[in-house]
Amino acid sequence: MNLTALRTIWIKECTRFLRIWVQTLVPPAITMTLYFIIFGNLIGQRIGEMGGVSYMEFIVPGLIMMSVITNAYSNVASSFFSAKFQRNIEEMLVSPVSTMTIILGYVGGGVARALIVAVVVTVVASFFVPLNIQHYGLIAITVILTATLFALGGLINAVFAKTFDDISIIPTFVLTPLTYLGGVFYSITLLPQFWQTVSQANPIIYMVNAFRYGFIGVSDINPWLALGVLMLFNAAFLAVAWTLLNRGVGIRS
Amino acid sequence: MTQALAIHGLKKTYKGGLQALKGLDLQVQQGDFYALLGPNGAGKSTTIGIISSLVNKTEGKVEVFGYDLDTQLADVKRHIGLVPQEFNFNQFETVLQIVVNQAGYYGVPRALAKERAEKYLTQLGLWDKRNDRARTLSGGMKRRLMIARALLHEPKLLILDEPTAGVDIELRRSMWDYLTLINQQGITIILTTHYLEEAETLCRNIGIIDKGQIIENTSMKALLSKLNIETFVLDLAPHEHPIQLQGFTMRERGELTLEVDVPKERGLNAVFAQLSEQGIKVLSMRNKSNRLEELFVDLVEQGRQQKEPAQ
Repeated sequence: MNLTALRTIWIKECTRFLRIWVQTLVPPAITMTLYFIIFGNLIGQRIGEMGGVSYMEFIVPGLIMMSVITNAYSNVASSFFSAKFQRNIEEMLVSPVSTMTIILGYVGGGVARALIVAVVVTVVASFFVPLNIQHYGLIAITVILTATLFALGGLINAVFAKTFDDISIIPTFVLTPLTYLGGVFYSITLLPQFWQTVSQANPIIYMVNAFRYGFIGVSDINPWLALGVLMLFNAAFLAVAWTLLNRGVGIRS
Repeated sequence: MTQALAIHGLKKTYKGGLQALKGLDLQVQQGDFYALLGPNGAGKSTTIGIISSLVNKTEGKVEVFGYDLDTQLADVKRHIGLVPQEFNFNQFETVLQIVVNQAGYYGVPRALAKERAEKYLTQLGLWDKRNDRARTLSGGMKRRLMIARALLHEPKLLILDEPTAGVDIELRRSMWDYLTLINQQGITIILTTHYLEEAETLCRNIGIIDKGQIIENTSMKALLSKLNIETFVLDLAPHEHPIQLQGFTMRERGELTLEVDVPKERGLNAVFAQLSEQGIKVLSMRNKSNRLEELFVDLVEQGRQQKEPAQ
């Protein structure tokens, strides 16, 4: 592994999203503030408790996770696609950087942005509700694994994308519905048995619940099972990304 | 001595079925300044793409300084610096970021990369622009930036794909001087260009490629010696009698300008002698067109005629 190259790609990626911080770091803070005010405060007061805690406290982990997913995905998808579009991906392709180094560099950039956004949203949340965190270690592992998974997803999306529209299709038509149906705003125990079973096919359920367990100690899913699912998906996505880039799909003629 | 580049039987068929290379063979010696010429679509950029691993080959063998592209890819890449035809850097990054990052991809530590960046950007007149974003540079500066970027890991083989396209004459000549200098310092250079004058001025050896095959691979000197007839334009002093030239094809272009085709074996003296006998004074003289250009067109045409019966 060429560590100098890895560090270079990672710094380049971080410099990119920090340079355009108004587009990358501010929007999640504003969006989540609105979610906290509208869903947490105004509607939440009428809902009462969920999972043994106030509704506001219940949705905080899900909303942080939603920001992590969106930002990790879009950071890598747009950065890698731009590099393809402007052809500066060739700078890496002509140099002796291994496929794994390129993947780790881009994914590292996406994870860094997701973690910064997670901290920002957590700080915003703390203005609305006191946070009594139960398991710091579980929170850290879950957020890193989730950010890595969606950064890999963004990379795979960018490999296949031919236009800028192609990097917004998956977030709009797949990620957003799965996130909203992934137990961010409700406990799946509220659903009829059939839909509870269907929900378990949604990978985001596992991430949100493991993360929520770390915050409030309550989860619809066994957190260890959730971590196992996350690791499995990470391994599968990493294998797909490595195979695609190694074969030069979308980047070599 | 190990060759800088050795290509054997290189073939490339693109997904749509287009056969860009049909068994290309090419050798470039260490320290050479080599021109790869050919009409549009001949396969020059595909060849360069394969050498620099931007294009996957279909068949054939490529070696760079003895390293095999298939089995020693990282070593091959370390020895090559590529200056592509189109600007392919991030337009939003600064000049310094672009070159230092490129060095980083080759494993050059950041401190050393910054030292080299100062050296090469200064040599190419870009050090003052180091903190400017690439998109704000002029076309000529962008071309020089790509040369600096390709040199930062100090490659032994520099490949330039039409490096002076769209560059003004003054800058083109300063780039020629720079390329000549680094070639004298030991870097092997392969250049594609549409400016045949550029190849004639800079390069010692030349390969002409057409329809995916090398149709000529020789020294520039040997190639130019194939040129049998040159056309000269003579500007004459006013004269009374009509001009007559025995044994030469000539065309009068206006009252005082004459075009004469001069076969090499006859030379110019016979032209001047005949004009002098008629009392006609020659004020000045120049070549009508680039000699290499004529030869290039002839060779491509001959190559195509030879291939046609087999098709």
